[in-house]
Amino acid sequence: MREITFAQALDEAVAEEMRRDERVITLGTDFTGNPHKEFGPARVRFTPISESVLTGMGLGAAGCGYRPIVNWRMVTFSFVAMDQVVNQASKIRYMFGGQADFPVTYRCSTGGGMNLAAQHSQSPYSMWMHVAGLKIILPATPADAKGLLKSAIRDNNPVVSFECSRLNAVAGPVPDGDHLVPLGVADVKRSGSDVTVVGLAYYVQEALAVAAELAQEGISVEVVDPRTLVPLDVETIRASVRKTGRLVIVDEAPPTCSAAAEIAAAVVEDSTTFRALKSAVQRVCAAPVPVPYSPTLEKAALPDRAAIIAAIRCTLK
Amino acid sequence: MADGNDALIALLRNMILIREFDELALNLREGGKIYGTVHPYVGQEAVAVGVCANLTDADRVTSTHRGHGHCIAKGADIKRMMAELFGRVDGYCKGKGGSMHIADFAVGMLGANGIVGGGLPLATGAALAAQLDGKGNVAVCFFGDGAVSEGEFHEAMNISSVWKLPIVFVCENNQYAANNAVAVQHRNVDLALHAGSYGMPGLTVDGNDVLGVREVSRTAIERARRGEGPTLLECKTYRWYFHAMRAVRPPETRPAEEIAAWKARDPIARMSTELISRRVLSESDLGGLQRQVRADLEAAVAFAEASPFPDAGDILVDMFATA
Repeated sequence: MREITFAQALDEAVAEEMRRDERVITLGTDFTGNPHKEFGPARVRFTPISESVLTGMGLGAAGCGYRPIVNWRMVTFSFVAMDQVVNQASKIRYMFGGQADFPVTYRCSTGGGMNLAAQHSQSPYSMWMHVAGLKIILPATPADAKGLLKSAIRDNNPVVSFECSRLNAVAGPVPDGDHLVPLGVADVKRSGSDVTVVGLAYYVQEALAVAAELAQEGISVEVVDPRTLVPLDVETIRASVRKTGRLVIVDEAPPTCSAAAEIAAAVVEDSTTFRALKSAVQRVCAAPVPVPYSPTLEKAALPDRAAIIAAIRCTLK
Repeated sequence: MADGNDALIALLRNMILIREFDELALNLREGGKIYGTVHPYVGQEAVAVGVCANLTDADRVTSTHRGHGHCIAKGADIKRMMAELFGRVDGYCKGKGGSMHIADFAVGMLGANGIVGGGLPLATGAALAAQLDGKGNVAVCFFGDGAVSEGEFHEAMNISSVWKLPIVFVCENNQYAANNAVAVQHRNVDLALHAGSYGMPGLTVDGNDVLGVREVSRTAIERARRGEGPTLLECKTYRWYFHAMRAVRPPETRPAEEIAAWKARDPIARMSTELISRRVLSESDLGGLQRQVRADLEAAVAFAEASPFPDAGDILVDMFATA
């Protein structure tokens, strides 16, 4: 199978969907992959730096029959559009009684590890999970990035695509053709029997590296990638935990009210899964600080392989 | 537009319907028949009716927290509006929205909005859709003087002008943003002057003159239909009552002389006098119109009261589109 990078896979997804459906339009201050050359200025819109109006315009145009892709670029900038995300996009369908659909996709880069300091190193997906009404994708491989973004663009709801900065240059196999990954279906990235590690985005890759390392010691790690946070495929995660009896969740967001917290709760509130647990659930998350700039401090703020290994060993004690 | 008598009478009738609807809504809220909050549009009827007289169902509008008038003027069904206020399944939002979130996408009414300025980006998106459709349809965004202080106003005005979007920004300057007078909120109280900094026309009209509103907004709407871009239209008007009420009517804090002066410029009395003087209708025709409106509203209340409350088991319905 051919190999392309995570960033190339995302560009392919947009181009293919724009070719497939002329109602797909894209708005942003800049674009990768030169879509304006192929699709022209009516459908590829270079915009002023106006996140609020762009977020609402995507929603409004979606309610009028289009399928806009709004590029926030960094998730950081979406906070400028809080009203349109939280008060409008997440509520509009339900509060209007389902009388219209709003097929808009919001794209943003997310995560730390790039020495971009506090504002540009955030992973706030749980904030958007909390408001209800937004679907959320968080791919960890080029193939999933392409397949999930294509599904997001075709979905008839507002979807936020969190695209991990540290994965952009990572290459991996991506199937040819119309490769789709359904929203709401987790993927067991590596099968194992001793411990389940649920990783998010970059930490799926890190969990796989740790699993390979611990296999040398005879520890069998199963790596589960939720891939979408809303809807969250709780059942695949619970089934893995019922098999292994142990759970470690790894994410680069801080732990408080996080996706990791939600996953832990979803696992333990199911009595069958709870009874299958052989040890306490462990979370490996960022320090509860704004991500600092200096390399030594940034490294200290974010999870690393040693922390994942320590958490796995803790569940095995 | 041909000024047949029917069109003129429809303007008056719609204004009366809006006023009576909101007077009734206030009474229903006081009587505990409906819930939450009511933001009366009384006094501003000429704005919604005058502007929407130039629109078709294919043109889209966004509204505000004070949205009943825009809904009625855009052609929404008062029975389903009333059922929504009553929180019933036959309401426009199946009881999920209430007064502040009534929408009727079938007639191009893209929703009231509980956030001041919140509709501006949505209307701008509707205008983008209209531009891409290329059929000469337009978007109209209704908002108040309060929204002019919001960042979304600036963003929406700027991008609409840069892209020449087919949109008319209708600022209903009712002299108060919640309880604060316009001069407390703005250094320059002639809000249409903002248009110049965005490179678009800024028009001002007496918002209590339905014929004037219709005429001036028509020039802005026709300009948008021709693809020549947006216009800011400021309609100077007055909110007769308080910003909002919940269980009881809040005390009046504005000067009595000011209220009296604006009530003397009642848009409905003005249009009634105009049509009687033109012999378009008689005093007795006017009485008939008012009786018909009241009968229609009684029927709307009966419809709402006959409609069931939503089933608690349907709490999750409408969260996500399934396809």
